[in-house]
Amino acid sequence: MPSKILPFNRKPGGAPAGGLSTSLRGVAKMYAGLPVLRPLDLQIEAGEFVAVVGRSGCGKSTLLRLIAGLETPCQGEIRHDGQIRQTLGGDIRVMFQEARLLPWRSLLDNVGIGLTGDWQAAALDTLREVGLQGREHDWPAVLSGGQKQRVALARALASHPRLLLLDEPLGALDALTRIEMQNLIESLWLEQGFSAVLVTHDVAEAVALADRVILLEDGGIGLDIAVNLPRPRQRGEAAFARIEGEVLRRVLGQQTPNQPAATQHI
Amino acid sequence: MTGKAYAAKVLLPWLVPALLLSAWVVLAKIGWISSRVFPAPWEVWQAALNLAGSGELWRHLGISAGRAGLGFMIGGGIGFTLGMANGLSPLAEKLLDSSVQMVRNVPHLALIPLVILWFGIDEEAKIFLVALGVFFPIYVNTFHGIRTVDPQLLEMARVYGLRRAGLFREVIFPAALPSILVGVRYALGLMWLSLIVAETIATTSGIGYLAMNAREFMQTDVVLVAILLYSLLGKLADSLARGLERKLLRWHPAYRAG
Repeated sequence: MPSKILPFNRKPGGAPAGGLSTSLRGVAKMYAGLPVLRPLDLQIEAGEFVAVVGRSGCGKSTLLRLIAGLETPCQGEIRHDGQIRQTLGGDIRVMFQEARLLPWRSLLDNVGIGLTGDWQAAALDTLREVGLQGREHDWPAVLSGGQKQRVALARALASHPRLLLLDEPLGALDALTRIEMQNLIESLWLEQGFSAVLVTHDVAEAVALADRVILLEDGGIGLDIAVNLPRPRQRGEAAFARIEGEVLRRVLGQQTPNQPAATQHI
Repeated sequence: MTGKAYAAKVLLPWLVPALLLSAWVVLAKIGWISSRVFPAPWEVWQAALNLAGSGELWRHLGISAGRAGLGFMIGGGIGFTLGMANGLSPLAEKLLDSSVQMVRNVPHLALIPLVILWFGIDEEAKIFLVALGVFFPIYVNTFHGIRTVDPQLLEMARVYGLRRAGLFREVIFPAALPSILVGVRYALGLMWLSLIVAETIATTSGIGYLAMNAREFMQTDVVLVAILLYSLLGKLADSLARGLERKLLRWHPAYRAG
């Protein structure tokens, strides 16, 4: 087990800070007059892992960016632990689809971005947790795509955030690296207990990682189901496949086998 | 490095100059060219030694280098500051960029008669010409460097808690640096050009004076020494710029040694 370093937001001798609870009330967003998100309500409990799936353009990335504070809602409000945030950063971190590492900084400096105080030890520790120990002085240019995303994950977790937002971070990786990264994210989440919102187009990924899968369609929440499978999730099992199949059918616009066939929207 | 690789990398660039030098020696020896028109290498060398011995070489070299350096710092400093300001502030850009572009389109060497009227024929005129020549490449490339910072990196840095000063220090300036250094390299070339021309305006010191004076007395060998001095200084400045690039841009895949 990797050694534990006290995160900066933990009171000495106190309990871990845990996750943020986030609530969205009546949140809507329009771009150029077109509604992307109709007024929706969403509650994310502290420490919960929520996956948001849906077709391209359904607004899932917009929803994540609203929660992150990168965009402001046209209507409604978003509260973290009951407060509306005015600034970016703090205890919320984002992992983007691209690694977005600073090319002119070493891996260690990249992981430590925005950290203050004696951050090197924590940064080194996080790099070790993602399996890149010994490479802290390399330039990002020498890494592969998967390695870069691992550094991005380390960077996101180095400050022990209470809410981690993941915007399709594994989309550009090959299938095997993706599964390894999913396992890594799950184990770090189990260990640190932050809240997480994962936006993904990959339904299997959503079912593998999340406590709850939300489907966005037509700018609103079309499906919100709990995934009560034990962890670590086993992909080949029947229960896994059943939930994955149900969500996938809804995403593709097909009805479940019990209901009469409806028109297919492909 | 193996012997062959060493020979290729270090010695090969000198092959053509060595051949040219040999050709020069041979042609001078067989008297194919009049030494008035094109002196022999050993005459140039002797002239250089004489000048070095009497201290004149160093005096004029220092003065020319000083003019160039001062002009570069003034023009480069203003260009850098203005490029930064216009790059970072849309308001500054709207106010100032068009004016700068209008002035840029006037070839600065064509301003020489005007410069003489304004500044006379003393040091200020020469430094002004150098500064003006250096200003534009540094301004344009600094401005461009700031404007083409990857917005994704900026967004990431903001999300990770960086504010204005931190954003500039960690993201904007390093991202603009490759472009700024391109501007510096280009400006160095223009610096020498401007200096050479400026030193043809009535001078009493500097390498240009050395050349003009020698021309009056048909001392072609001294003229060649002056030309060689200019090219030596140019090469030195270029090497300095490359060294800077190598040091500051170690992270860039295009600049890495190998």
